[in-house]
Parts: sequence; structure tokens; C-alpha cells
Amino acid sequence: MTPLISVRGIVNRFGHQAVHDGVDLDVMPGEIFGIVGGSGSGKSVLLRTMLGLQVPARGTVDIEGVEVTTAPGRELLKVKRRYGVTFQHGALFTSLTVAQNVELPIAEYHDVGPATLRELAELKIAMVGLPADAADKYPAQLSGGMVKRAALARALALDPALLFLDEPTSGLDPISAAAFDRLVLYLQRNLALTVVMITHDLDTIFRTCNRVGVIVDRRMISGTLDEIVRHEHPWIREYFHGERSRAVREGH
Amino acid sequence: MAEHLQFSDRDGCRAISLAGRWTVDHVAALERVVAAAGSGAPAAATIDTAALASIDLTGAWLLRSLQRRLVAAGCSVAWPAGRPGQLDFIDAAVSAAPAEPAVVGTAGSLMTLPLRTIGELVVSARRGVIEHLSLFGELVVAAARALVAPRRLRFRSIVRHVHETGVTAVPIVALIAFLISVIVAYIGAQQLRKFGGEIFVVDLVAVSVLRELGVLLTAIIVAGRSGSAFAAELGVMKLNDEVDALRAIGMDPVEVLVLPRVLGLVIALPLLTVVADAMGLAGGALLSWALVDIPIAQYVERVNESISSTTFWVGIIKAPVFAAVIALVGTLRGLQVRGSSRELGRLTTVAVVQSIFLVILFDAVFAVLFMELDI
Repeated sequence: MTPLISVRGIVNRFGHQAVHDGVDLDVMPGEIFGIVGGSGSGKSVLLRTMLGLQVPARGTVDIEGVEVTTAPGRELLKVKRRYGVTFQHGALFTSLTVAQNVELPIAEYHDVGPATLRELAELKIAMVGLPADAADKYPAQLSGGMVKRAALARALALDPALLFLDEPTSGLDPISAAAFDRLVLYLQRNLALTVVMITHDLDTIFRTCNRVGVIVDRRMISGTLDEIVRHEHPWIREYFHGERSRAVREGH
Repeated sequence: MAEHLQFSDRDGCRAISLAGRWTVDHVAALERVVAAAGSGAPAAATIDTAALASIDLTGAWLLRSLQRRLVAAGCSVAWPAGRPGQLDFIDAAVSAAPAEPAVVGTAGSLMTLPLRTIGELVVSARRGVIEHLSLFGELVVAAARALVAPRRLRFRSIVRHVHETGVTAVPIVALIAFLISVIVAYIGAQQLRKFGGEIFVVDLVAVSVLRELGVLLTAIIVAGRSGSAFAAELGVMKLNDEVDALRAIGMDPVEVLVLPRVLGLVIALPLLTVVADAMGLAGGALLSWALVDIPIAQYVERVNESISSTTFWVGIIKAPVFAAVIALVGTLRGLQVRGSSRELGRLTTVAVVQSIFLVILFDAVFAVLFMELDI
């Protein structure tokens, strides 16, 4: 099986500080891939590199056969229409309602009538489990959990095959986080999505991820969840075998 | 059209066959064919999906709306080749969504629109005045507290604002003051030449720059530069919950954010005005020498004769007042930002427009005041 995303030898530097020094990773179609790492280990930078928002000092990112780091604008745009992204803090456009946020990418690329546009937005809003009256609310009127769901609805606007989630459950209570994880799993199964998510949340990792990549020492160690849990690296051991993580693993 | 959907009517039965890719990339075309195939009212319909290459959620939604349209027209719909699974998924998603609460209508009739608009304007103007006054009150309280405990003055912050609003504005203020006085001198010389009174160009420049132009232009430039900066800075802090964070720590935002800005500008604007006055007089000197052949020595002498002891002070006394107005309006508008980035832009604009308006209004008040005082 050919990987959907293939990252090779990524090097990112800010000034003299190297964040990544040869990151490799493969994401297979239909899997949920979790990216884990300490604060400041460059998870979000890696995500931005994969999205084509940040040009790495060295290395390649290949999404569905397109080389993202060097692709000309038109090619890159094609890739961008195939993926949906949610950012850590939602990044909803604050001057637009939730429905307008979802309509925006559709209207940008397709010549659709306003009624259909609205219907499609309402479908996506219903799909992520938001009440119908949330459609006409502004992001400032939503709770944290609703913002995450609205951001997911916008990410799904163009029916992407690939979904990037940056800390989708951070800042949510455990019950809301579990509900969000179930939503991601449900959508992933029903829509045949491939999901790449950055997360700190051990519950989320054990609940959703097929494979996990850990950024340690500026490189990535990836494997199935079982392999990673048994890995010998001290940081990974501490992360998966610390006091808190033991309780989480026993629960799953 | 044939690419995605074909249909034919026979004996009141509509046979619809789908083909190709029903995906978001073709949504505009799909929207049209669905509207065509859903029109009219056949008694029965069959939707054949055998030749369908692929379908995503957007395509499924349109297919579902085709089915709903036909059913609503009293038509029975059959799926000989099966119903795509995505439709079931949508059915589940839509039915699982919590019901919409009843909406209470608030839209009034068009007849009362002017009245309502006037009413809303009056209410918002009243609120605006009250907010300005209460911020000013809070500021006075904060300033009084700072007088008792000078630690609260936040000296470093004031110095930073003097630098940002004053020192960095020197080049632009100097340039504009110079150019404006050149323009005034030039036009003045042209007019006065008719009466042979070119020497009065000096009086014109000296009095107008010192009394009015120097301080007014400086205030307007500063309103554009720093009024907008204050509003944007505080607005972003508000959007990031930084203002609430200050409150939560137990610090008074008026004392921490507003007072240093007001004091900083109250210090900086008079100093900038002195720079503007000097550059204005220099511009007048240059033009008088070039255009009317008045040597520098005679220019200086003439300036001394034309102005009274109060001329300079009449101009400079207005600067702190203008500074307070600009800083208050900018910070207040910044603190009013809530919710969205559009608000930030709108209130920054309001801050600049309103502070320029108020500066000119206060200038007019000063003019009347000085006339009554006969200065």
C-alpha cells in the first residue's frame, strides 16, 4: 500500500535552533495517525510543514504524489482542496457566523446557489453534532467545545479525504473530549477519512489512533500504538508509563 | 447534464439514471441537474445508481434533496440498484441533530424603520457619552491613587509611550509642519504682494503656526498614528482575554493600560508641538528668504515684533488637552472591542475619526475662550 503522506528528512530551523533534524514519517490511507511530543518539540511546525504553510530548510513532504514543499501554487492548491484542517484554537473567522465559516471554502471554489450552499453548511454543522441554531451564531458566542466542532465542520466543508487536527481535544473536559474522539472515529469510518492529529491527550491516543509518531531528539519515532508503548526511549517510557498514563491504559 | 444524470418520463413514471462523479468538484453542475430532474410531479420515479462512479457527502446531499423533492411532490421513489450508504449516514446525522428552538421574530416593519434607527442612534450616543465619562472618571480615580502612591504611575510604561508616540513621530511631524508653513507663506506672499505688504508674510506664518497650525496638525497626525495604535493594541489584548487576565490578577486595566498612555501622550504632544512650531517657523523663514527676499536676521526680528508674549503659550496650552482626548478615545474604543476581528477594525476607525473630530471641536472651544479672554 502506498502511503498517502510521505515525509522524508525534514529539517526545520529557527535561527540557530534546529527544531527538526531529519523527520521521517508515513501515513497510510484510512488510518488515524497521532503525533505526540513534548511542549516545544515542534509538533505544530511539523504540521505546518505538511500543510505547505512552512517551507522546511531541507526535506520533502509528499501528499498523494504531490511534492508539497516545491509544488507550484496551482498544484499546491489542488492538494489543499483535498485536506481539511482544524487549528489548535479553532481559528474560526470571528467576523463570520458558523454557517458562513463553513460556506466560505465551498463558495470560494464552486459556483453554488445560496440555498444549496446553506443546506450543505447545515449538513456539515449537523454532522459534527452542533445544534441547528449554532449555524447563525458567531464564534464568540460559542463554548470551547462548540468552537472545536465548528472548526471540524469547516474542515469537512469540501469533503476532504485527509483531515489534519491540531490538538482537537485540548481544553475540553474529559466527557466532551471523549465525545469529540467518538465523533472523529465515527466520521473517519463513515467518510473513509485519513486523519493526522497532534495531541497531548493519552485518552485520545488510546481511543482513536492506529499508529503514533513521537517527536524526540528532533526526530520522529513512529509505529503502531503497541510498538510505541513498548519503546525503550526514556521520554517515550516516561510519557506512556508515567503515573497518569498507567491509569489511562488500564481503562482502555 | 448527461454527464451526471439522465431521465425520461413514460406513463407518469420517471426513470432517472445517474452516472459519473457526484462529488464536491461538480457541485455547480449537480445543483442544476437535480433542479431539472426534481421538477414536475411524476407519480413514480426510479433512481438508478448502477453507473455512478463515485459519490461524496456533497453529492449525496444533493441526491437526497432530489429524492425529498420528488417525495414532496407526491411521487414514490424506488432505488433499483440500491441507495448509496452516504444517504443513510446523512439521514442519521440530520435526525440526530438537536431540534431547532423556536425563533422569536424581532424584525419590525419597514414603516417604523426610520423611527427605530433614530431611537437606536440616540440610545447608542447616550451610551457612548456615559462610557467616555465613566472611563474619564476611572482615570481620574487612578491618577489620584497614583498621586498618593507614585509606584502606581508605572514610570517605565510612561517612558515607553513617550518614546513610541513622541520620539518616533518627530520626523513626520517636522516634515508636515515645515511643508504646511511653506504653503501658507507661499499663498500669503502671493496675496499680500497685491497690497505691497509682503513683509506681513512673516506675521502670517508666525501667528498661524504658533497659535493654531502647529498644535492642530501635530494633534491630527498623532491621532492618526497613536490613537489607532492604542485602539488596536488594547483591542487585541481584549480579544486575547489579556484585559480579563489583568483584572483577575487584581490589576486595574485603567491604571495599567490607560493611565500610562494618557500621561505619555500628555507629555509627548506638547514637545512634538514645540518641534512643529520650530519647523514651521523655519519653513516660513526659508520661503520668506527665497520668495520675498527677507534675510534671516530680519525674519527673526520681524517674528519677534509680530507675536505677543502669549502667542506661543496659547498654542502650546492646547496640546495636553488634545493629547488627553486622543489617548482617552483610543484606549476606550480599544477596550470596547469584543468578539470579532471586524469589531477591532471598526473601533480603530471610530477611534481615529472621533479623536480628530474632538480635537477640532476642542480647538474651536479654545478659540472662543481665548477670544472672550481677549488673548
